[in-house]
Amino acid sequence: MSKAAKAMDVEEPLQPDDGAIEGHREIGDTELKAIAEALIFVADEPISSKLIADVLKLEREAVETAISDLAREYEARNGGLQLREIAGGWQIATRPEHHEQIRAYLKSRPSAKLSLASLETLAVIAYKQPVTVPEILEIRGVQSPSAIKTLLDKRLIVAKGRKETVGRPMMYGTSKDFLIQFGLKDLSELPSIEDFQDLAGGEA
Amino acid sequence: MEDTAQTDNPTPATAEASAEAAPTISVIGAHPEITPDGDSDRLKITLGEFEGPLDLLLYLIRQEQVNIYDIPIARITDEYLHYLNLMQELDLTVAGDFLVMAAQLIELKSRMLLPRDPLAEAEEVLDPRADLVNRLLEHEKFKAASQMLWSRATVEQAVFTRAEIETDSNNPEVAVGLFDLLRVFQEILARHKEEVMMEIEREEVTMAEMIERLRNMVRSAGELNLVAFFERAGSRRGLVVAFLSVLELVRMSEISLVQRETFGEIIARATNPA
Repeated sequence: MSKAAKAMDVEEPLQPDDGAIEGHREIGDTELKAIAEALIFVADEPISSKLIADVLKLEREAVETAISDLAREYEARNGGLQLREIAGGWQIATRPEHHEQIRAYLKSRPSAKLSLASLETLAVIAYKQPVTVPEILEIRGVQSPSAIKTLLDKRLIVAKGRKETVGRPMMYGTSKDFLIQFGLKDLSELPSIEDFQDLAGGEA
Repeated sequence: MEDTAQTDNPTPATAEASAEAAPTISVIGAHPEITPDGDSDRLKITLGEFEGPLDLLLYLIRQEQVNIYDIPIARITDEYLHYLNLMQELDLTVAGDFLVMAAQLIELKSRMLLPRDPLAEAEEVLDPRADLVNRLLEHEKFKAASQMLWSRATVEQAVFTRAEIETDSNNPEVAVGLFDLLRVFQEILARHKEEVMMEIEREEVTMAEMIERLRNMVRSAGELNLVAFFERAGSRRGLVVAFLSVLELVRMSEISLVQRETFGEIIARATNPA
């Protein structure tokens, strides 16, 4: 009952506009920014500029310009929210510095982290993908069957087909969830593995 | 955000690594020690978090303060075997991976003892340790990478997005089970019990009439709140007939029952709206 009423409320003011969108009504810059912001807010997952452009039947470039303007505004305002690019899309989220107050309100605690073994396995897969179990063993020096299972269960990695070699072992790579959970735009945002040389061996 | 990820590194290993002399390397949380356990004559052993033989080797190299590019194989091998013995004495199952590394170290040690082949070309004389060093460095890089991932995940966990918006797709109507129906029925029966019973005349509603009434009500409105329907049934006997007629129409698949939330109201719907 209440849901139906809610839907009606939303529909009514939109009705006169509907026809206009069909007829490619001109959307001004300010309005485009506002609409893009609304879509990013409503989207359950990071939403790509292409998807926004498709919904609005607009050029992708126009949408991208609007979003970068919007991102600058968010940055300048320095408020409680950030507009950020993650996993190939845009997302509105809180800033990490306010996590204590937010957790106090949500009554939530940081959830269980990955074990050291799972984390190491994930690091190898992230940098070497697509990679097989024997190749992971070579780098880690230990078997990691339970770590692979944990990572699959948490949807951080996905199977990427079989390698055409002896035994046709399964290859693994990271998933979109991996990008989201580690706050990455895409895989290229991972620091280069060679950068860890300094930490590892000192002067090479 | 980038900055936070870099500086917000909670594990001490990295900090140590930068503070120490460059040639030595660090490994996460490895300080095995044996200490008396309270007043009893037992000993308590604390083992480091060695994920595998490479971790153990890195730890030993660091502890011995030797250059990773010039590992004194004989000394490190002895240390390594000593550690394995300790593990065995403690009845810890030593994983096969550790034994494989022990064998490789011993082989390496013997190759280091052999004199160089005087006939071999200069380029062919490779340091027999090169493979091991590369593996250790590679392993250490990935340990550092996993620490980086750890801190990234920690920062990400401090970032929140909005709560889920209620839509039709993420709030599917729950199919109703028989027990839900019984529960609703019982609630209404209980409510009736509380009322003062003043049955003046015995009303006789037959099953067929009740089915017809329910069918018409569902058809005309499209859907019908069962609570309202039961409430209108009047007497106790009427309620029983009403309940049975609901069951009958469901059995004949003329209506379906849906519930929008657990313990919510049950709605009867015509399956094929006439």
